[in-house]
Amino acid sequence: MAATLRLEIVTPEARAYSDDVELVVLPAVEGEMGVYPQHIPLITQLKPGELVVTKGGKQIALAVGEGFVEVTGEKVSVLVDMALQESEIDEKAVEEAIARAEARLKEQHVGDEEAALVQAAIAKSLAQLHVKRRRRNI
Amino acid sequence: MGANTRDIRRRIKSVKNTSQITKAMQMVAAAKMRKAQLRALSGRPYAEELAKMLAALAQAGSSSEMHPLLKERKEVKRELVLVISTDKGLCGALNTNLLREVGKFDPAKTTFVSIGRKGAQFLSRLKRDLAAEFELKEAFTFLESKQASKFIMEKFLAGEVDKVSVAYTDFVSTINQKPTVRVILPVQSFELSELEGEHGTKKVEAAANTTEYLFEPSASGVLAGLVPHYVNFAVYQMVLESRASEHSARMVAMKNATDNAKQLIKDLTLEYNKVRQAAITTELLEITTAQMALG
Repeated sequence: MAATLRLEIVTPEARAYSDDVELVVLPAVEGEMGVYPQHIPLITQLKPGELVVTKGGKQIALAVGEGFVEVTGEKVSVLVDMALQESEIDEKAVEEAIARAEARLKEQHVGDEEAALVQAAIAKSLAQLHVKRRRRNI
Repeated sequence: MGANTRDIRRRIKSVKNTSQITKAMQMVAAAKMRKAQLRALSGRPYAEELAKMLAALAQAGSSSEMHPLLKERKEVKRELVLVISTDKGLCGALNTNLLREVGKFDPAKTTFVSIGRKGAQFLSRLKRDLAAEFELKEAFTFLESKQASKFIMEKFLAGEVDKVSVAYTDFVSTINQKPTVRVILPVQSFELSELEGEHGTKKVEAAANTTEYLFEPSASGVLAGLVPHYVNFAVYQMVLESRASEHSARMVAMKNATDNAKQLIKDLTLEYNKVRQAAITTELLEITTAQMALG
């Protein structure tokens, strides 16, 4: 039995992460989901949140955006529109982005579609902040 | 004689000016090319993974209800072609090659949608049915290209067209770009593996056949999200490929132009020197003859 999972995280810009890991915790639409090796083949959608990878006893957290994940017994392919490691997140910039987005939502003439976009942007920003701050609290 | 050397001098000057311009354009295109190529190449793994996932899904989902974007129509009454061309010219035969492919579609049965000004000009000149024209800036985002893909999906779902193809220029290398026509709607799984085969992964279908997937929340739910996203991203990736091709083609075209201008300057300078020397010789001859006649 394979003791590790091959994890591939791909974004439109690059292959963000590719390694053999022991456990992946994914923010699926139905709630958090842990994937160990030999998991049953599964495809699901992801929502913006925190993806935690366990490798060699150490945990790595990534902020991910919306996307899809495909799980097979030995491989996890994650397709998301954003994947950032803690060191890549600029807390101040993210806070500013949230403030800007919230201000935008308060404006009168925001269409439904745009509002949905801004909401999604906020959700992604919050996921980034969550990952960034989590490190500090430990 | 004097007029002749002046003419040649003038020509040398004008060719030199042209070569300076083409040289500058070559530099600009080279810089843009690097960026565009990087973008196109870094989008490929995502497109591949997405195609693989969709291939797996399509297989599993085919037994239950099928997503409308995957369903093949029995009769193709009207076709839609999305033409991805460039906004500017001076990029060699890139647009000509692409538009030759576009010209093969039956004008009576085809509606066109264009990204890029050159394609739109071509289509309106030939009085083809141009349904929409989208403009994409140099640094366009996924959201912007989504407008175009959304438009074609709406047309397809509304039943106005039964088949959608995309004509774009596939980026192979800096000196090689291939005009390509690909059917994008209905999304077909065999077509997925064909696309990825070009870029190296051929195992898409084999892998998909053997595994039974569990879907969360449900197969149709995941499909409803994944299929439109796949189409959006496929269009985005094809625009990226076209852009990379455009800048590469322009770089090469401008490099050729600069090289030609240099050669021309060399030839003209040689000619100029010859004429100049001939003139001096004649003059000398005249002086000596005159002196001899006097002496």
